Amino acid sequence: MSVTEDLTTGSEKDEAQRESRNKLLYAGGGLVAFLVALAVLSHLPGTVGQISASMLRVAIQPQTAALVIAVIGLNIHFGYTGLLNMGQAGFMMLGAYGFSIAIWKGQPMVVGVLAGFAAAFVFALLLGIPTLKLRGDYLAIVTISAAEILRYTGRLAKLEDFTGAAQGIPGSQYRGPFSNLSFLGDGQWTFPGTKLTYYLTGTDDWWTRLVAWGLVALCSYLVFLLARSPWGRLLRGIREDEDAIRSLGKNVFAVKMQALVIGGLFGALGGIIFILPASMQPDAMGRNLTFFAWTALLLGGAATVFGPVLGSILFFSVRIFLQGVTNAVVPNSVMNTQQTEQFAWICIGVMLMLIVIFRPQGLVGDKRELRFNV
Amino acid sequence: MDFRAVVRTRPGQRILATFFLTMITVAAVLSLPPPGAHAADLCLPSKTNSCISSTVRSDTGVIAGAEVHVTGPNGFDETLTTDEAGKFSLSVTDTGDYTLELVPDSLDKSLTITNGKVTLSVKQLNRVAAPVFGVRTADYSSSTSFTDQLVNGTFSGLRLGLLLALASIGLSLIYGTTGLSNFAHAEQVTLGGMLGYLFVNQWGLGMWVGVPLVLIAAGFSGWLQDFVLWQPLRRRGLGLAQMMIVTIGLSLTLQYVFQFFIGASTVKVLVFNPTPRSLGPISYTSPDLIAMGVSVVVIALVGYALLRTRIGRATRAVSDNPALASASGIDVDRVIRLVWVVATTLAGLSGLLYSLVIQRGMRWDSGMQILLLLFAAVTLGGLGTAFGALIGSLVIGMVVELTPVLGAPGDLKYASALLILILLLLVRPQGLLGRADRVG
Repeated sequence: MSVTEDLTTGSEKDEAQRESRNKLLYAGGGLVAFLVALAVLSHLPGTVGQISASMLRVAIQPQTAALVIAVIGLNIHFGYTGLLNMGQAGFMMLGAYGFSIAIWKGQPMVVGVLAGFAAAFVFALLLGIPTLKLRGDYLAIVTISAAEILRYTGRLAKLEDFTGAAQGIPGSQYRGPFSNLSFLGDGQWTFPGTKLTYYLTGTDDWWTRLVAWGLVALCSYLVFLLARSPWGRLLRGIREDEDAIRSLGKNVFAVKMQALVIGGLFGALGGIIFILPASMQPDAMGRNLTFFAWTALLLGGAATVFGPVLGSILFFSVRIFLQGVTNAVVPNSVMNTQQTEQFAWICIGVMLMLIVIFRPQGLVGDKRELRFNV
Repeated sequence: MDFRAVVRTRPGQRILATFFLTMITVAAVLSLPPPGAHAADLCLPSKTNSCISSTVRSDTGVIAGAEVHVTGPNGFDETLTTDEAGKFSLSVTDTGDYTLELVPDSLDKSLTITNGKVTLSVKQLNRVAAPVFGVRTADYSSSTSFTDQLVNGTFSGLRLGLLLALASIGLSLIYGTTGLSNFAHAEQVTLGGMLGYLFVNQWGLGMWVGVPLVLIAAGFSGWLQDFVLWQPLRRRGLGLAQMMIVTIGLSLTLQYVFQFFIGASTVKVLVFNPTPRSLGPISYTSPDLIAMGVSVVVIALVGYALLRTRIGRATRAVSDNPALASASGIDVDRVIRLVWVVATTLAGLSGLLYSLVIQRGMRWDSGMQILLLLFAAVTLGGLGTAFGALIGSLVIGMVVELTPVLGAPGDLKYASALLILILLLLVRPQGLLGRADRVG
């Protein structure tokens, strides 16, 4: 909803709200139907069952939830404020490093989470000060560069005792306090009616999934509240016409900085969840992770609350789908297993281009929201 | 700027012809056999063989007449003797582990062998392995002086800077004329290296045919992109932020296309086994000099074209103000099309030279590393200014190569270039040569 539309009459506003509520219902219903269909299909024998089962597994894996939260942050940057942050993986890495290093060095978990947030906060300030007064692409170039500097620094052999260098930090060093919080108990559990079986509490367990998706729900609700607050309208105003907002006496630089920081904190939270089921590896959080976050955001729909959730789940499952189908259909002599993986990525790249060209609003977005130019 | 001069004739064709003529000359220069190379000794990898070739040298110079005893799979056993340039070259047809041993008796008594036995595994054919032996003279001192390192680092920095400049000028021209930050530009650089490897090494076309083909293919890729993608998108009025995301999609696509074909391997264009030479503290090879010479000539030509020719003036006019340029009769779309062709050809040339001289060679994701350096260079010089891009590239090249010399850990050499970029933005956001009013 653009600024001008906020000035429209009450009944039009009601209609717009109803429209967006309907859209949300359709999208949410569609997603649930998609997951249920996967669960049913996964019982089929043969390739169809296998592909559906692995699609369902990646759809609910904690890393998907982590990407959703990072994309929610990116949505605040790009979708609502129009900031081109190309370094969201850097924010994720800082959150993850803060969390894992603090616990590894014997600090309690609260300190770890706070350390991750503090690092992302400082990072956002450092990036924002030189660039937020400049045109949009400067922020893009600086954020992508800064995220890479972080990765190079984290990989430094000299910092092995601190960051674990290129090997990173194994999950066993920092997962303990989080697993201890679990009230689910031990043993395995299968989600009724599906083939999803994991330990209740363990390495890659239901506990992590529960917390991760719980946080997704919480973050989405937070963004829903933020977006319809006066502050959220300010963000969209800046996106549409920075000068107009400035002429209203608002401090545009400060508001942009707040948006950068808040989105970055979501990124840090996503980073923490990203490493919980696996290990802290700097190379897993390179620029490609940022690009995946962008693809997920644009696929779902920027400037919507539900877009990040839908986009991330589809992003992961579509890739598995493409890879599985190519593997099954194309003979090994034409494309070997590794090449089908790359083929799936090629399709993802093409998909990103096609979405932006033909459906810039994504699946559930509003086209009127994305006419701006940074 | 003299717009009238631009309007009178249809710009383009002549310059394009000159441009390609230049490129063919470049190819000719590249194809000249290096002094002292013997065609007979040369082993080129192909689908049926791999090469093991290297130079035996001590800290003071090459060692001629040294014997290298090679054993390998299936009872492979051969002894080679280095030629007067200290080189030996061996073609092998089986994959497996090969052990190379320097025969001590074949060396002068004053030399000490520090590492005389090298085992290398040839995992696949069509590759080149270069084992390194360690031989020292009696009066060898292990530390090179700081000044020597500084001079050597400056030389490498200049080399990298010139290669970056070739690519960044194009990136800057595209930015200047269309306002687009092209994230896929570094993939054009990678493409040059990959095509060079494909044409010259895989298909064995040689430099004379291979290099022009690479340049034509690279230029065509730019023409095609503008024809299929960028021009239609400009006409549709797609926002620049959205276009930038399209370039990111393109960059991802191209990266994985490269990986699809070459996997995790490293690609290097190999024409001959270059002899390491040294001039004072600087050590270099003949491809280094050729690459630097070609870069300087091509950059000078582009500079001349921009300053002195009609089409160059037209390009700068479009950069300044597309609407005004269009109103003065300049065919803006044509200029932009030409800019795309020139930019991608230059990037292709840069990639070709890069994979010819840079020791690491080219990987499927090398582009991303190069891209950050290109962005740093372009922003440092001032977005959209071609000459700023040149200066920025030279600075970034120097910074990257001199960081390890000045004591920072080697892993940080790329990070240092990006750090300089961020610091510069704090004090002079428009870059070295940019105009302050460009910045929003």
